[in-house]
Amino acid sequence: MTKNAFPRGAAIAGVYEHPSRFSPNKTEFQIMAESAKGALDDAGLQRTDVDGLFGASMSMGMMGIVDLAEYLDLYPDYLDGTNIGGSSFVAHVTHAAAAVNAGLCQVALVLYGSTAASNSMAIGTGGTGGSRNPDAAFSAPYGMTTVGSYATYANLHMATYGTTSEQLAEIAVTMRQHAGLNPLAKMRNPITVDDVLQSRMISRPLHLLDCCIISDGGGAVVVTSLERARDLAKPPVQLLGCGEAVQHQGVGYSDILTIAAKQSGARAFEMAGVKHSDIDLAMIYDSFTITVLATLENLGFCPSGEGGNFVSNGGISLGGTLPVNPDGGGLSSNHPGMRGIFLVIEAVKQLRQECEARQVPDAELALAHGTGGTIGDKHSGATLILGVDR
Amino acid sequence: MSAIEHPLPFASWESRGFWEGAGRGELVLQRCQTCGLVQHRPRGVCAHCLDGSTLVHFAASGLGKIYSFTVTEQNQAKGFAEACPYVMAYVDLDEGPRMLTVVVDCDPDNVAIGAQVTVDYVSQTRDDAEMFAIPVFRLS
Repeated sequence: MTKNAFPRGAAIAGVYEHPSRFSPNKTEFQIMAESAKGALDDAGLQRTDVDGLFGASMSMGMMGIVDLAEYLDLYPDYLDGTNIGGSSFVAHVTHAAAAVNAGLCQVALVLYGSTAASNSMAIGTGGTGGSRNPDAAFSAPYGMTTVGSYATYANLHMATYGTTSEQLAEIAVTMRQHAGLNPLAKMRNPITVDDVLQSRMISRPLHLLDCCIISDGGGAVVVTSLERARDLAKPPVQLLGCGEAVQHQGVGYSDILTIAAKQSGARAFEMAGVKHSDIDLAMIYDSFTITVLATLENLGFCPSGEGGNFVSNGGISLGGTLPVNPDGGGLSSNHPGMRGIFLVIEAVKQLRQECEARQVPDAELALAHGTGGTIGDKHSGATLILGVDR
Repeated sequence: MSAIEHPLPFASWESRGFWEGAGRGELVLQRCQTCGLVQHRPRGVCAHCLDGSTLVHFAASGLGKIYSFTVTEQNQAKGFAEACPYVMAYVDLDEGPRMLTVVVDCDPDNVAIGAQVTVDYVSQTRDDAEMFAIPVFRLS
């Protein structure tokens, strides 16, 4: 897979981020339906134009995508309920672009919805109960939590490269600064490095403020051909490069410091034919502060072990070397369990220059990288490189 | 802080050798007689040869060193909530593969990456007559 994976061109024609952060009176599918309306309106399309349906959520299992089609009374020609964790929606954009290029559908709708916060879901520290999954049987007896898995990564990174808790805290501080510029963000009061370091320890070395928030929310993305997108309501955002990968324990010999982003990012950059220094902003899945540092290194924005310096002194803030998550990310804006769709939505809005106070000036090229599952244990990664149409 | 109450492991026929071995006081791994791969977690086939007939079980030394770890201070799951803080760790076994485990009976401040550890076993109280145990590790 190199250049010309999408010879017809592929574009994102509409996006919508559900404004809610707490929706106790809504269901997942209702949030998805409201988001679908928002993204179709954004693109200037109708519900009946949709002939490809993509979606995932924390409760959609087998038949979930069919249930979703029923809820929306849709009869699409193409279905994809791929669920590889929080990165699913980033991967859906690639899958949708491929389907559009293969002529299997024309207008693909990608959906996500969640009521994690109003369900009081303990996403990171819900721990491990018994499980009949034969693989989980080797995690459950040992008290693996999501945050615990990322913490093993952080500890190893610190021991290997001398990364510090202060450097990780800088990431949380920057995300909160950005959230202050986003009227929809859940947590907008500024915080300091000391606030992060003095917040409750959850799993050493990760403190409470090293962890993403838990919110409700959802969103939608419309993918179509570049040609079709050019006739629609908003300027198209072009898909220039993409990649997917996994990292896991294998048969017991993995280098856990190497995450999926290394493989998916390399493919995306090769396909797009652009350099790291060309990227105007990056949307990086920030389940935890360490996730951002690990992802930036593995994507190649800095050498392994240099992530601590890269994120310090405003390096990833608006105006920094590489602005990351101008919306405030999962650490401060919203994290309903599977955040990938917001990476795509914010990247598109930035490239359309719609982000007002948090706008990256003249942004023309954006990278979005989603991580699904748990770094340290096993996870998926999906990378997109998106650009303005020219 | 109390001892962890480990959930009962679900043993499929693929993983039964591991849990039964622990019940006998052995850390049981799988080796492929064709390619020599020592793999963990256990599978019904050698993951590289995709053949189950080539696999043998053997008792490992129970020695290893800590690859990475975390001191878990919050876990809401029953059996672990009361045991916080506890040390969850990846241990690189001397025979090669890495396993997830806990390091018990230690001051968390004394646990370090690279530290040598030795296996021990926590017996399971079960109502299904199985003789399983949970392999855990102690600082050597």
